[in-house]
Amino acid sequence: MAVYIKQSLFEPFSEVAQHQLQLEANIGKGQYGASTIFIGSMRDFNEACDVSAMTLEYYPGMTESALESIANEAKEKWPILDTLIVHRVGDIQPNDSIVLVAVWSAHRAAAYEANRYIMEALKSRAPFWKKEMTTSGGRWVEKNTPA
Amino acid sequence: MSITVKFFAGLREELNIDEAQLDFVTGLTALQVWQKVTGQPTLPTKTLIAVNQEYASEDITVNENDEVAFFPPVTGG
Repeated sequence: MAVYIKQSLFEPFSEVAQHQLQLEANIGKGQYGASTIFIGSMRDFNEACDVSAMTLEYYPGMTESALESIANEAKEKWPILDTLIVHRVGDIQPNDSIVLVAVWSAHRAAAYEANRYIMEALKSRAPFWKKEMTTSGGRWVEKNTPA
Repeated sequence: MSITVKFFAGLREELNIDEAQLDFVTGLTALQVWQKVTGQPTLPTKTLIAVNQEYASEDITVNENDEVAFFPPVTGG
């Protein structure tokens, strides 16, 4: 189980590959039969406005512990082997990856469901705040899209 | 013997306060912390509160050396 807050651009697929190597080193190869990966990246539009850049603020300490709690809850609810959560903060450009959630399990149902659970819980509880730069200036995003 | 008070995101910008120290008084609630630091009687709608980095309600009693944070709804992911 790992949680990383990244201050600069990250490459989600290498994060997954690296973490999976570590997982295999810890539990051995052939233990997981399913892995799900969710990647959220920055759009260049939101609520009918062009968005040229974004700043993501967080609460150092609380953000990491909120993400760890969410990963632990997923582990209690489903038989999953491991989770990886990576979230970007700071100045972000369109197309940059913002969030990565990866889950490994023996069978697919747990990996799918736990991944969705982590992502939805992160959206509603993890202390991050987005400020979008639009043609008419900066604006704080007031609520996340429903799904 | 003080309480650390933090503000984030839009709330931090509106109030123009990042962090403040407040003298501790026994029986102080999170709402009273808000009132003393901001001078405003009520919390803006939907404001979230965390005490020692755990979500809390405005009537929670705070202790000395606690960290109390106020912030708008979260929008990560």
